[in-house]
Amino acid sequence: MSNLSDVQLAPLRCLDLGLRVRGHQLLEGIDLQVLAGETLGIVGPNGSGKSTLLKLLAGLRAPSSGAVQLFGEPLDSLPRRRVAQRLALVEQQADTHEAIRVYDAVALGRTPWLSALAPFAGQDRAIVEQALRDVDALHLQQRLWGELSGGERQRVHIARALAQRPQVLLLDEPTNHLDIQHQLSLLHCVQALPVTTLVALHDLNQALTCDRLAVLESGRLVALGAPLEVLTPARLLSTFGVHAHYLTDPYDGARVLRVRAP
Amino acid sequence: MSVRLLPAVALALLALLAALLAGVAIGETPIALELVYQVLANQLWQAGYPLDPIDAGIVWNYRLPRTLVAAACGAGLATCGVILQALLRNALAEPYLLGLSAGASTGAVAVGLLGIGGAALSLSAGAFIGALFAFALVLLLARAAGPSHNNAQVILAGIAGSQLFNAITAFLITKSATAEQARGILFWLLGNLSGVRWPSVSLALPVALLGLAICLWHRRSLDAFTFGADSAASLGVPVRRTQLLLISCAALVTAVMVSIVGAIGFVGLVIPHALRLLLGPGHSRLLPASALGGALFLISADVLSRTLISGQVIPVGVVTALIGAPVFALILISRRGAR
Repeated sequence: MSNLSDVQLAPLRCLDLGLRVRGHQLLEGIDLQVLAGETLGIVGPNGSGKSTLLKLLAGLRAPSSGAVQLFGEPLDSLPRRRVAQRLALVEQQADTHEAIRVYDAVALGRTPWLSALAPFAGQDRAIVEQALRDVDALHLQQRLWGELSGGERQRVHIARALAQRPQVLLLDEPTNHLDIQHQLSLLHCVQALPVTTLVALHDLNQALTCDRLAVLESGRLVALGAPLEVLTPARLLSTFGVHAHYLTDPYDGARVLRVRAP
Repeated sequence: MSVRLLPAVALALLALLAALLAGVAIGETPIALELVYQVLANQLWQAGYPLDPIDAGIVWNYRLPRTLVAAACGAGLATCGVILQALLRNALAEPYLLGLSAGASTGAVAVGLLGIGGAALSLSAGAFIGALFAFALVLLLARAAGPSHNNAQVILAGIAGSQLFNAITAFLITKSATAEQARGILFWLLGNLSGVRWPSVSLALPVALLGLAICLWHRRSLDAFTFGADSAASLGVPVRRTQLLLISCAALVTAVMVSIVGAIGFVGLVIPHALRLLLGPGHSRLLPASALGGALFLISADVLSRTLISGQVIPVGVVTALIGAPVFALILISRRGAR
């Protein structure tokens, strides 16, 4: 008999997850198990429920059916603080009018680890600096939020999530506002982190670099597996409504997806 | 950390002490600082200076409680402004503009004039219920009117709420008050520190300090709201509970202050806004600084209200509005660039 404690609990899993808002079924019957250490990509057309799924998995919204488990514990029974110590979410459009400095914005990531009496200590400072370094934003630390470009803001958001030192990182289209160089370096950085990552992505070629992919269509999970097995031309036609085929890059043998309008 | 803070704290206390002394000394009858000291010494440690009982009475029974309540009230209202601005993510959020003060006035007038609740409800309790009720109404209206976090909606809803509750208050006064009562209430509604005595101090001061302490305890949660409620939740803040606690706290502080001195506007707008420019948005500094700034501001406004027209006292709410309304306009204009 296998020792139960040896069996690694899934960092994040959901069972029959569904959300109904004002008569609209936004998500339905989602069964998903995120494996420890993997980078799981979520793809799907606009409005397929990627952001909603991430919100539910982060516990920001309560599902109307089903449940989410974080390391085997039901998410809705855990205090927010305990959740935030293990799981961080980077939303798509979090903005502020406050004249906050980049360093302080990233230092907010330490919130779940501090209390009213525990001061922000040297160890927290080191973690914040490391997080800034991870997203190549250390040089921005004294800048004000309002002075940053869209891409810089996105990197600061990610640094804040990293400063939470989470075991699970949820990212909602993190490369959206970035230039190509930062898109690639950020994805590379995220995939190199020793955390389990769930990332909603728009660019299908970027999605190919994930360990596994989940495909959402109208709030349902229609495919889950290795990228090349999931993003088949048939799937791309039925879910995304595009004709697609794979090319092989003669430079390194990588598979590249080429899409055309139908 | 605490060593670095020491000069700031010492400076703050010194400024507060100087303002309190000035508040007691300046007025219709100027009183020498030496005399102020002697009265305080007599009262606090029976120093036994031979003093004119009229001067001593002015200092101990009128000016000192009045100045202390002004300080508590300014600190409390500025703290409320900080909380509401952080939780609603709206630079214009403030007890007066959001209708809390109007609701508190209605509650206090309803209890005072109609005797609603009998002896079980004090003026402050009536004001608290009125403030909470007004705020709930304003938030519901704002939500019904459009997407949340829309700066204009909340303020417009607050204006509608203020108008409604002011109308109810006026209705109650016309219906139930004698001419003498009506005059008194109208003067009080504009914000008035004239009737303040020691019992008011023992209510206002603890409430202001308690409000500040609760908010300071939650300073990190308030910081976490910088990028919105969802972001606060993903940073581990129990959003609903924190909002409920801190908004109740703001309503309570506002209600107690309104029940003592009437609706004084703009303190919660002017002070936190000015200090945010100076100190940045971090609440561990902004909260105590705003409380101190509010105290200094309202003591000064009270001194102005007593000395601006000789022989007459202007309601202190008029003074704060004369300063606050232009600042409100300035913030509106500067926000345009930030949108």
